[in-house]
Amino acid sequence: MNRSQHVVGSGLVFAVGILVTWISFTQQPAQAFLFPRLIATVFVVLAGWTFGKAVMGLSKVGNGVSAAMFLNMLPGLIVMVVYLFWGAGALGFYTATALAFFVLLSIYDPAPHDEPRTWVSRAVITAGFVAVMYGLFSELLNVYTPKEILF
Amino acid sequence: MEFIYYFGDVFTPLSFMLLLGGTIGGLILGATPGLSPTMAVALLIPFTFQLEAVQGLILLGAAYTSTVAGGAVSAILLKIPGAPANIATTLDGHAMAKKGQGARALQLSFLSSAVGGVLGVLLLIFLTPLLATWALAFGPSHLFWLAILGVTVIGTLDSASVVKGLLSGCIGLWLATIGFDDVMGAQRFIFHPSLGGGINIIAALIGLFAIPQVLTMFAKGRHDNGAEVIEVQRHSVFAAMRELTTRVRALSIGTTIGAVIGLIPGVGGQIAGLVAYDQTKKFSSEKEKFGTGHSEGVIAAEAANNAMVGPSLVPLLTLSIPGSPTAAVLLGGLLIHGIFPGSDLFDNHPDVAWTFINSMLIGQILMCVFGLYVAGLAARVAQVPQSVMAAIVLALSVFGAYSVQGSMGDVYIMACLGIGMYFLERFGFSAAPLVLGLILGPIAESNFVQGGMIADATVGRASYFLTGGLNMLLISVVLASIAYSAWMELRHRRYTTKEEAYA
Repeated sequence: MNRSQHVVGSGLVFAVGILVTWISFTQQPAQAFLFPRLIATVFVVLAGWTFGKAVMGLSKVGNGVSAAMFLNMLPGLIVMVVYLFWGAGALGFYTATALAFFVLLSIYDPAPHDEPRTWVSRAVITAGFVAVMYGLFSELLNVYTPKEILF
Repeated sequence: MEFIYYFGDVFTPLSFMLLLGGTIGGLILGATPGLSPTMAVALLIPFTFQLEAVQGLILLGAAYTSTVAGGAVSAILLKIPGAPANIATTLDGHAMAKKGQGARALQLSFLSSAVGGVLGVLLLIFLTPLLATWALAFGPSHLFWLAILGVTVIGTLDSASVVKGLLSGCIGLWLATIGFDDVMGAQRFIFHPSLGGGINIIAALIGLFAIPQVLTMFAKGRHDNGAEVIEVQRHSVFAAMRELTTRVRALSIGTTIGAVIGLIPGVGGQIAGLVAYDQTKKFSSEKEKFGTGHSEGVIAAEAANNAMVGPSLVPLLTLSIPGSPTAAVLLGGLLIHGIFPGSDLFDNHPDVAWTFINSMLIGQILMCVFGLYVAGLAARVAQVPQSVMAAIVLALSVFGAYSVQGSMGDVYIMACLGIGMYFLERFGFSAAPLVLGLILGPIAESNFVQGGMIADATVGRASYFLTGGLNMLLISVVLASIAYSAWMELRHRRYTTKEEAYA
């Protein structure tokens, strides 16, 4: 993995460590932050050590994210983020799940895209899966999910 | 022998159905590459909310046991280990299947898993009450150091880098402090309203174990498993049983190594399987046959990875210290029912403790019986394209996280932790110590605060936390585990990625 990825990754962790330490030592009441102070001190020292090693090019563990992996993952990550942070709440769980499931199958399914049969199979799998989820969570476990569109 | 009184509770209709369902479901989930036992158990937790504590634990325990054994199916028939614990099984199991001995390999695998598993659970039965009694001598300072020990041992042993392992543990301990402080009611690190109630353990577990796996599957892009299921021919189960009696050496080496490794917190099933395979090969008179489809290789690996399941629960049930990531998830399953492991569990809820342990014993037998019948189906399920598996796991994660408290905040927390963990893993951090930090953080903090109050009124904090035989012993073990791992890392850089370690 290239050095810059290590620097960015460990740099972000170090930044979180500094923020946590700063909050722990400045917020009141001090008594409530006693344990966080203990943790934050160790956290920031270890994060600083890791960042220092990355800057000096001594980080060896971890192989980062290659461009090919990232490009493969990106469409799925976008669908996931939209589904989790907007779709599930705004469209309703089952509608959003059906849409996200179908889109993910369409993107990643190795079956050919130019055969109508494969699209029918994706639609059937999606419908079947959502029906099972509905049966499990709504009927069996009585989980009341947000229902905005359809169900 | 208290456990005998609770055997009947396993056979109530609902408990037995859950045991059966968990076993068969676990076998199928275990055979599916990419679905680790830890992730399978984490995804099952939301299904236990409406069950009694003991029934929920029976389901989770059955799934834990059988996912480890189920992983052998894809290892043997597809050459893809269902879980890291089955890596060693692949070496000879698949070679046997290619020679047309797939059924024999599967039968030996399930039979040796059952033998190893039963002996592992018996060790759990006899060791747990002794240690639970010993745990009564523990005061707040000892419990504080035990919690720290749990995080450091897993942090140093489970990670490729000692510093990154410990740092992962620190991140977990910090995440555990988010929310309102229990004593003063002060707000701590509440950057978003979703964090007001702190980080829910179950949502976090689902996010930390399932979402990185989903992203890993996405990162592989559009391709199928490329694995062909090898057809199996009929083979007599009795012949396999007879063969097992002639391979006692492999069986006993596998079982002993698995049980001992299971007792050490942080050392997983994959280590047990590989060490047992290696040692059996060393002591075998047919060394040259290993790797070419020798049944001793399958027997040793499978006996070991199932023998470690029972003992890995000993530190959890006695001292609240999960010995493995899956045990940490089981701890989460206990805590949501308001049950704390240790002496509380055995004194106040013996029915829960013993019925759960007994169910694991019965589960080993069921796993062996049904494993042979479910193997064919499980191998077909293992061929499901990763895209379908990723979408299923993603949806289950969302519903599972939401159903904990009916809160979208838990879904957001699950997503943020999961996406963050994927990238942290790519930089060499590990989920297991982070999860342990998150689970053990509240235990460490409450004992730190309680111990601080006692210390202020008596001998002072330094004396209270740093002196005394038991404190010194625990601190020594913490330091020794860190020093040993650091030394090992400096002497031989162990591996740079987990994939490399498995290779």
